[in-house]
Amino acid sequence: MPHRLSDRHLSVLALAGVVIALGWILPNAYFLRIATLVWIFALATLGLTVLIGQAGQVSLGQAGFLGVGAYAAAILPTRYGLPPLATPFVGAFVSGALAFLVGRPILRLKGHYLAIATLGLGFLISLVLTNEVGWTGGPDGMQVPRPVVFGVSLSQPSTWYWISAASLLIGAWLVLNLDGTTTGRAFRALRDSEVGASVMGIDVSRMKLRAFVLAAVYASVAGSLLGLSNGFVTPDQSSFLQSVELVTMSVLGGAHSVVGAILGSAMLVLLPQVLTVMQDYETLVLGAIVVVVMIFLPSGLVPALVDLTKRLTR
Amino acid sequence: MRTLVVAGLLSIATVTVQAQDSVTIGAVLSVTGAAAFLGEPEEKTLRIYVDRLNAEGGMLGKRINLVIYDDGSDANKARTFATRLLDDGKIAAMIGGTTTGASMAMLPVFEERGVPFISLASGISIVEPVRRFVFKVPHTDRMACERIFEDMKTRGLSKVALISGSDGLGQSMRDQCVAVAPRFGVQVVADEKYGARDSDMTAQLAKIKAVVGLQAVLNAGAGQSPAIVTRNFAQLGFSNVTLYQSHGVASKSFIELTGAASEGVRLPSAALLIAGQLPASDVQKPVVINYKQTYEAATGQPVSTFGGHAYDALMIVADAAKRAKSLEPGKLRDAIETTKDFVGTGGVFSFDAKDHLGLGPSAFKMVIIKNGDWALAD
Repeated sequence: MPHRLSDRHLSVLALAGVVIALGWILPNAYFLRIATLVWIFALATLGLTVLIGQAGQVSLGQAGFLGVGAYAAAILPTRYGLPPLATPFVGAFVSGALAFLVGRPILRLKGHYLAIATLGLGFLISLVLTNEVGWTGGPDGMQVPRPVVFGVSLSQPSTWYWISAASLLIGAWLVLNLDGTTTGRAFRALRDSEVGASVMGIDVSRMKLRAFVLAAVYASVAGSLLGLSNGFVTPDQSSFLQSVELVTMSVLGGAHSVVGAILGSAMLVLLPQVLTVMQDYETLVLGAIVVVVMIFLPSGLVPALVDLTKRLTR
Repeated sequence: MRTLVVAGLLSIATVTVQAQDSVTIGAVLSVTGAAAFLGEPEEKTLRIYVDRLNAEGGMLGKRINLVIYDDGSDANKARTFATRLLDDGKIAAMIGGTTTGASMAMLPVFEERGVPFISLASGISIVEPVRRFVFKVPHTDRMACERIFEDMKTRGLSKVALISGSDGLGQSMRDQCVAVAPRFGVQVVADEKYGARDSDMTAQLAKIKAVVGLQAVLNAGAGQSPAIVTRNFAQLGFSNVTLYQSHGVASKSFIELTGAASEGVRLPSAALLIAGQLPASDVQKPVVINYKQTYEAATGQPVSTFGGHAYDALMIVADAAKRAKSLEPGKLRDAIETTKDFVGTGGVFSFDAKDHLGLGPSAFKMVIIKNGDWALAD
């Protein structure tokens, strides 16, 4: 299908255009930081696009993997002298392995039961990060050493803008490509009907496990980037609320859509900043927006917009 | 969507309202979330005292424009707001960082931009090693441990059981106490932990009770846990064992929550809690009484030492501005570092190039709870 192929590349190119334009336009460290956070959380949400949107499984423990990635960036260089820029890869491997081990038993569960099991996993990781003071610095968090490349310390907000944007582009390109592969089709079959998929000869539990591991790796890399760009990590990053926020980002923008993941995380990162003028009502407004979107646009913002443009151009 | 547009317009409007003749003081506090019990009195204090300073003519004749952001007890958000404060306009000084985590996440930004940053969190890592633009006003956990062990030593207690919460204060204080105990000839005979949101600590205390020769129990924790530990301790009926609480207990609500169970509990505290009972010769007396009355009249709530930290931070900046005769961040920093014998609610502050905390263990008074009220222990 040559048409699909060009579509896919067009999306990534358009995204790259936006990234480069923003990189030029954004005037100061504050705006660059906000954009960086959007890219980082979008990367974590992309994992959920695969898990929720494509494979139809729910995870409420995604922030746990975000935490594993973040603490990999903090612990490995401080205690084992690993170069900081290698930590996202090691963190991703650890998260992937953890998701693989834990995923095997819990992915036999369905629906609410799966959600609760992943919730428990997220809580466990968060508890370990909070309580193992000797390793993680406890609730006060710990410092992340700045990566030094060719004698230059990477601490500028603009540097991290480009690093996170490049990671997002690669991540988005991979997810878009996945859609057309056998695995991608198997994921979709799984989402529509598990029974149907297994009748078609798809190894259901193996496919679920693949999606789960992939989502964990995405969250972990995002966590490492967050830790490295902040120069500091705390266990907040692995909290239950953070997991809920990630799922909200995914569902709000449109769980099937790559652009939706980015739009969803952009909304959740930007809204608290815009709403500071009505700080007391921030949570209320945020909640109301989510409820309204879910009632009137149940498939998320981006799919709804796509539908609308289709209807208007018809 | 309309809310968004309106909100956006409003935020632009507020920026343009800032008059030329004003100076901006920034603050990022945990007004909501897990650390709200710390952040809320801090926020109220800052608002009350900035209004008062403005009524008296502001800082060096300029109106103080106070910008407070709520980080929701999330260090990552605190960092974002810190960058925002610095990029939105020139701020002269920054107050806050309610928790150690939030302070540590924010301080690199202020070091980089050269704006003085006064933290309201207790962790010693904020000022150790000394960073050029970073100061803090609350006592450290180590000082609390030292003060408690000193008290134990004078009372001839040497076998102590530690029980600590999984919150920031609990963990860091536990480590500090274990580290300094040998210096005071104190032996840690038990070391138990509980979750910061646990609602019962009977199991841990029962284990502690079984230790032979136990003389004292020390709880390190903040929030609701000290009250629960105190009640469980009373229910288990320890005989001849003194219960020590930490400086995480810092308001009258602790006594209200525990009732008779807290009789005889000892804890280190800033002078603020026992303002009325300080001897007239105490230099801090007028300051703490004044703060207590102002805060209680304005909010209708009892003072806590946490709000006092915000008062100290703001007044140290105001004092430094007077001496520097400038509101330029660099000069303000130099003036803050040369603060000498400044009397605040937390103690008498003297900063220098090697000490950005400026308090000694003597800033803590040993307090005992008697007849449902605080009393000076010595």
